[in-house]
Amino acid sequence: MSSAMAATGTAASQAPAVELDGVSITFKLAKGSTYAAVAETKLDVAAGEFVAIVGPTGCGKSTLLNVAAGLIKPSTGHARIFGARLAGLNIQAGYLFQQDSLMPWKTAIDNVAVALEIAGTSRDEALQRAQAWLGRVGLGAFSHRHPHMLSGGQRKRVGLAQVLIRNPRILLMDEPFGPLDAQTRLIMGDLLLKLWQDDRKAVMFVTHDLEEAIALADRVVIMSAGPAASIIGDYPINLTRPRDISEIKLEPEFHRIHREIWTALKAEVLKGYSQGDMVGAG
Amino acid sequence: MQNQLLLRFLQLMVAVVGIGFWHFATTTSLFGRPKDIQFFFSTPLDVFWRIVKWFSEGTIWHHLGITLLESVLAFVIGTIAGVVCGFWLARRPLLADVFDPYIKGANALPRVVLAPIFALWLGLGIWSKVALGFTLVFFIVFFNVFQGVREVSQTVLANARMLGMTERQLLRHVFIPSALSWVFSSLHTSVGFAVVGAVVGEYLGAAAGLGYLIQQAEGVFDVTGVFAGMFVLTAFVLLIDGIVTVVENRLLAWRPQTVQSAT
Repeated sequence: MSSAMAATGTAASQAPAVELDGVSITFKLAKGSTYAAVAETKLDVAAGEFVAIVGPTGCGKSTLLNVAAGLIKPSTGHARIFGARLAGLNIQAGYLFQQDSLMPWKTAIDNVAVALEIAGTSRDEALQRAQAWLGRVGLGAFSHRHPHMLSGGQRKRVGLAQVLIRNPRILLMDEPFGPLDAQTRLIMGDLLLKLWQDDRKAVMFVTHDLEEAIALADRVVIMSAGPAASIIGDYPINLTRPRDISEIKLEPEFHRIHREIWTALKAEVLKGYSQGDMVGAG
Repeated sequence: MQNQLLLRFLQLMVAVVGIGFWHFATTTSLFGRPKDIQFFFSTPLDVFWRIVKWFSEGTIWHHLGITLLESVLAFVIGTIAGVVCGFWLARRPLLADVFDPYIKGANALPRVVLAPIFALWLGLGIWSKVALGFTLVFFIVFFNVFQGVREVSQTVLANARMLGMTERQLLRHVFIPSALSWVFSSLHTSVGFAVVGAVVGEYLGAAAGLGYLIQQAEGVFDVTGVFAGMFVLTAFVLLIDGIVTVVENRLLAWRPQTVQSAT
């Protein structure tokens, strides 16, 4: 490889996977009034970095994620993806939604395979690779079930396979394990870490669960309560990898970080509660 | 198992008691002179033998075939038109708003009053009946497709977009399956209405078909014929409904199983 190519290669890899630059989001409400969901925010997520965004309900975490996905256009500022300004949908990103997002009329394997088929992969090959991915998320034996025949956790696994089979460079996750029970969340967290350990993508992981955020992420970002929410804290998590979630939660370092972040977060959560009327998405 | 057997037995008993009552009320002098009562109610045995006669002589097949043909045509044409219009309007909100009052008005009109006009326009052959069935089926399918396309889960849609689907792929993988699921869930109703359209049309003026058969019998005070026609028609609709249930179970396998009410 020539030195010039190597130089450009480094430059490209140095551009953050996601760069939110001066992004603010204001929603138009009925009767002509407006609601400022997110105040001017700057956030960088490096390639291969796992960033968790934590904040009180209704603080605009998901809104920020939707900007990175290209689903919402920011009112001011812009998003850059690997240095290129984002216009339209972010095709480099895979998005795992909080709500059920599988097509209910397709079986698990069809739901996963369709992600390849629409990009032009032949059906046979798509099915083969989809089956491999379902095996990777532990659902190899459930490939011909429809979503309603799967549990909430299993549906999330199918969703994960559906998103990852496209091999996106960025993974956006909006409280993906929110609706699941505590044990299932733990298992899903470990699965996510294992998959991410094998192939490190840039991850933006929105959650309201601080413990989950610390256990998973390289960096935890705290958002203030809305309206006009902004980032009020950015904490590096220097816990060793690979991690096991249930074990890492027992380590003294985990508790120290948890205490430190919770002190900052608690004030915002209380503020969020006292504000009563919370408009806009969480 | 025990309960199932008991249930079947009780169901059978209702028929036995009902037909038994009918038999004794029309053949004994319990409620008056049997001859008078039979003029209005016939007797179960007469009706039974009439049905046997129709089938053994083979005359009924022609009428059944005509009614079936009309129902199928009304169902197929009505469904296709309903799907196309439903899709078209659901994807063009402005057009939907413009046509909204007219669609509501057309749907509010009791379609039976159109039968004479269709007979006038299209003659006494099958097409006037198909047209009547069409007007009934069309609106059911249309409203279901319209609803189905508009009420696609926003999350499923956003997810499909994030997976990289183009508008055409969204149509194929999201909108059409969603709308079709609504069409299939209204299958029982729309097939039923297709038959209603055919039979009512025949009743009001035709040369063949089950409705025509009943109307002819009524015209000569042949109560046995009317009752026999009614029973054949009931069996005919139940049979079609059974076929629809089989088709539905195959096509809607992805849906959560709901308790099927006994039809």
